Amino acid sequence: MSRPKNQNYKGHGLSKGKEREQRASIRFKTTLMNTLMDVLRHRPGWVEVKDEGEWDFYWCDVSWLRENFDHTYMDEHVRISHFRNHYELTRKNYMVKNLKRFRKQLEREAGKLEAAKCDFFPKTFEMPCEYHLFVEEFRKNPGITWIMKPVARSQGKGIFLFRRLKDIMDWRKDARSSDDQKDEIPVENYVAQRYIENPYLIGGRKFDLRVYVLVMSYIPLRAWLYRDGFARFSNTRFTLSSIDDQYVHLTNVAVQKTSPDYHPKKGCKWMLQRFRQYLASKHGPEAVETLFSDMDNIFVKSLQSVQKVIISDKHCFELYGYDILIDQTLKPWLLEVNASPSLTASSQEDYELKTCLLEDTLHVVDMEARLTGREKRVGGFDLMWNDGPVSREEGPPDLSGMGNFVANTHLGCVNDRNNQLRQLFRSLQNQKKVSS
Amino acid sequence: MRKAQGSWEKRILKSLNSMCTELSIPLARKRPVGEQKELLNKWNEMGTDEPDLSLFRPVYAPKDFLEVLINLRNPNYENGDSLSFRTHLGLIQVPLKVKDIPELKEFFVELGLTTGQLGIDDSTQVPPELFENEHVRIGQKVLAEQDSAAAQQYIRQGSPTALRAELWALILNISSQPEDILYYEQLKTNVIQHDLLVDSLIYKDVKLTASNDDYYFVFEDYLYQVLLCFSRDTSVLGHFAYNSASPPKSYIRGKLGLEEYAVFYPPNGVIPFHGFSMYVAPLCFLYHEPSKLYQIFREMYVRFFFRLHSISSHPSGIVSLCLLFETLLQTYLPQLFYHLREIGAQPLRISFKWMVRAFSGYLATDQLLLLWDRILGYNSLEILAVLAAAVFAFRAVNLMEVTSLAAAEAVLADLSTLKVMPLLQIFLFATVT
Repeated sequence: MSRPKNQNYKGHGLSKGKEREQRASIRFKTTLMNTLMDVLRHRPGWVEVKDEGEWDFYWCDVSWLRENFDHTYMDEHVRISHFRNHYELTRKNYMVKNLKRFRKQLEREAGKLEAAKCDFFPKTFEMPCEYHLFVEEFRKNPGITWIMKPVARSQGKGIFLFRRLKDIMDWRKDARSSDDQKDEIPVENYVAQRYIENPYLIGGRKFDLRVYVLVMSYIPLRAWLYRDGFARFSNTRFTLSSIDDQYVHLTNVAVQKTSPDYHPKKGCKWMLQRFRQYLASKHGPEAVETLFSDMDNIFVKSLQSVQKVIISDKHCFELYGYDILIDQTLKPWLLEVNASPSLTASSQEDYELKTCLLEDTLHVVDMEARLTGREKRVGGFDLMWNDGPVSREEGPPDLSGMGNFVANTHLGCVNDRNNQLRQLFRSLQNQKKVSS
Repeated sequence: MRKAQGSWEKRILKSLNSMCTELSIPLARKRPVGEQKELLNKWNEMGTDEPDLSLFRPVYAPKDFLEVLINLRNPNYENGDSLSFRTHLGLIQVPLKVKDIPELKEFFVELGLTTGQLGIDDSTQVPPELFENEHVRIGQKVLAEQDSAAAQQYIRQGSPTALRAELWALILNISSQPEDILYYEQLKTNVIQHDLLVDSLIYKDVKLTASNDDYYFVFEDYLYQVLLCFSRDTSVLGHFAYNSASPPKSYIRGKLGLEEYAVFYPPNGVIPFHGFSMYVAPLCFLYHEPSKLYQIFREMYVRFFFRLHSISSHPSGIVSLCLLFETLLQTYLPQLFYHLREIGAQPLRISFKWMVRAFSGYLATDQLLLLWDRILGYNSLEILAVLAAAVFAFRAVNLMEVTSLAAAEAVLADLSTLKVMPLLQIFLFATVT
């Protein structure tokens, strides 16, 4: 099949050049329970395989991946829910390294202004190997607060704040002489990061945003942004005077659940639509547009920074959970990227969000081979990056660079996914009828 | 009406006093200095306080109030013994004049099908050039000219999100002068210095309602800051001049009955009931500066909200609203009304709580704000009764199939997905009557 002549619009990467077969049934496997299992079991034509059976689709956990990916043969149509070396993006120390390197490259190629667009990550140092660099920075900024995070743990475990060097003596690189080293328990790898002391507060409380980004391939880079997400609130009022109080500073629901103030009925989440409306009524629509387009920038640049490092296997896709913190100047900061965002629901509303998110993820992965590959929107997902920015407008992109470009992202906007899916699948069916 | 209001007030006050004696807590006491300092420090996070409130009960809940209204009878009214199709089958048996649909259509003419509305014509399918952009532009102009009357007329078609806070302030004539901020600070000092029994009731109400709400829990601290000051604000007493209610009085210890020792209790004359804090919660979405939030709330209260819990014959009073609701339902949805009545589910029993709270906590916030835009624009609460009827009309098919009050409640339990303006428009302008 010949490639379409129109070079201006590229399909989003489903196998062109060959008719994809419709499968009679799709065998799926997963070890996760909760919402994912519900969605998979309810999907028409999908059957569960257990134990050693052959599968077409595997939503695996990262430990399985680490042990088995390299010696598992997968047919062309098979899909798996992680990239082999996703940790380049999701482990805090690797992400920092990749981002720093990408920034340098941008500065060389496109100048300081372009490189400054990568300044969404608070200054971070790996410990203990960058201990000395950290101390230099520490001394240049006396009195500020820093946060220590273990590189590989999740749900807020092991995190603490500090202002004095003696609180982190364990990570001093030269504290141990070579004689002692063999007796020492090796210190876990941490990163020391500049703590954002002026977070945006709502009702006196700190919060962070959880946003979902689906990456279908890295080379070329194709990423979708989900319209829904939520703001997670800390249960207690924000103050810098109590840096020992974990509950104040960490907004992960897992940590909040153990706070003595936590009342499960309260739920401490706002849907992004509510958050967006709140901001718009306080700061006006333009400020909100700017904030959200800065967030788009975070998603794209972070993915670009690992583009050349991640093994882009066509069987792989990945649904990332981005954690974003907004400061009082309405600047968004990237806290971290999660390769396995929690899919457990903490409330009815949460259950619906995650169920729809997963259904739409499966629509985009498209095991049923229904999509044409030219869609810009599937359910709640908008195609954000397709080897280049994707515009909201129809038709060929504005090559004159005259800046009428509006990105095809709708984070926190109305998500009328049911209508959209109905129309989409109906028109796909019609197209099939016409061509068969 | 006044008699009924009088006896209702006596009941409330009796309940308050007996709670006071039961729990041996004074109605008011001066705080010791240590406690004052502590409260001042915690002013911005009173929500973290977890005082033992288990023994406190709200003084009354909307359904208690409904019982009182149901039993209102006008002893002078004679309507003849025979039952006719004009007999009112609802719960309210007071013959007040309420508007019918043709009159409502005239009154709410700007909500008509041919006029642009925010809440309908700003949806994603409608290109903004058709209405929204122009409407926003006009709104900005109105604000620039600081024209309060024009703002009131303008807001009948809804307020753009970014302009709402200022528009409401303009319509309510709130401008943050230094005197206003000072007055608020003065109230705050009163709170610090004296502890009122009513404070515990406020705490309990906030914890039971707003703190449990998925969206308003964030504003818990603001609610305390507003309501505690509100209960000490004697300027609120001014509204009793046009309110059929009178502020409850209390007497200094040992001087019962001696008028020279009578004080209004609470100082603002308003005893909070279960759900009272929900009047304030939606405003936290718009105003973040405590003294401005306070002023807006106070003004909303003395103009509108007080009518929702006092007995009067005013067309925006709760009695008229109930009657309007029932009449609309009985006249335009007679089958539904009759069916619900037969199964023991008088519609007012379900819709009463919506109207008393002006739908706060029942609708999604953005929809609620669109509704309150119209309350301000038309300077009337009648729209609450119309919306309540419209909700019943919308869910009529399901309601016709239920066979018990509990099932009817279940059908109407969740209003959070409703879009207010289309419902109102269809009910008023697009239904064949």
